[in-house]
Amino acid sequence: MNPLDLANPSRFLAFANRAIPWLAGATVIVLAFGLKQAMNAPNDYQQGDTIKIMYLHVPSAWLGMLGWGVMTVAALGTLVWRHPLADVAAKAAAPIGAGFTLLCLVTGSLWGRPEWGTYWVWDARLTSELVLLLLYLGVIALWRTVEDPSRAARAVAILTLVGAIDLPIIKFSVDWWNTLHQGASVFRLGGSTIYPTMLVPLLITAVGFTLLFLTLHLAAMRNEILRRRVRTLRLMQASAAN
Amino acid sequence: MEHMDHMPFIVGSYAAAAAVIVVLIGWVMLDFRAQRRALAELEMRGVTRRSSGAASRPKDQTKEQTKEQTKEQTMEQAGEQAGEQA
Repeated sequence: MNPLDLANPSRFLAFANRAIPWLAGATVIVLAFGLKQAMNAPNDYQQGDTIKIMYLHVPSAWLGMLGWGVMTVAALGTLVWRHPLADVAAKAAAPIGAGFTLLCLVTGSLWGRPEWGTYWVWDARLTSELVLLLLYLGVIALWRTVEDPSRAARAVAILTLVGAIDLPIIKFSVDWWNTLHQGASVFRLGGSTIYPTMLVPLLITAVGFTLLFLTLHLAAMRNEILRRRVRTLRLMQASAAN
Repeated sequence: MEHMDHMPFIVGSYAAAAAVIVVLIGWVMLDFRAQRRALAELEMRGVTRRSSGAASRPKDQTKEQTKEQTKEQTMEQAGEQAGEQA
């Protein structure tokens, strides 16, 4: 199938119906394998067994940012290229990205209490991550406020592009400011500082969580296309009744 | 001893992850069922998309409804054109 054919909602639905079961199956297999590896990984010499929280915290942090990244590309698709499915992709990604960002903050807090002695500090990394969650909630609220999906899409696209400024702030906050949060340890110049016995399970769980994100996003896009069809048909029905 | 001290935080993290994942999966599945049910109900009442060939546009359709219908058809056509250009 030509990827451009997926711009057609009917063809996209057919593709989604076929792909979702396969993606869901791959998610279960990779995530189960990754979590098993994570449970068998050695404890960190400083953190002890709280290192187990890292296998959830780091992938959720990445996916929280990936969600906004997807929405940013979709916002460009809406405003610049007027791609038929761009705003559908943006709307579907928001609750999923918000879920992973919330999970990142919760697991970070639960890791922080035994390691830092506190659940929360107004550290640049933590604060910028909280801002990302608030941006997600703002976008979800905006989608619900404006009834016409195409009008809502333009407003959300502008907010999304403005909010994208937060992504480099999150990424480089640990370099730009003196933070309690540790610096980059996986993707950094000079290579990862994590020992391979911990790094490999982390990367596998990250792939598993990414597959989960893709599965949920595809399913949520399918729902959004169906919702718009229902809306169109209800308008037709109301017209016929009058 | 250290293991016991940290266990509630580790279990709490995994429980939170399970809760978030269950909520997201539940939201997607319930929403899918709701949309399919709504579409089925509309089709039972004879309200179907024009492209399905079963319904025609009512004579007294308002401009807004025509616009909505045209928008969805435009999405379909844009997809068709993108496929043909490729």
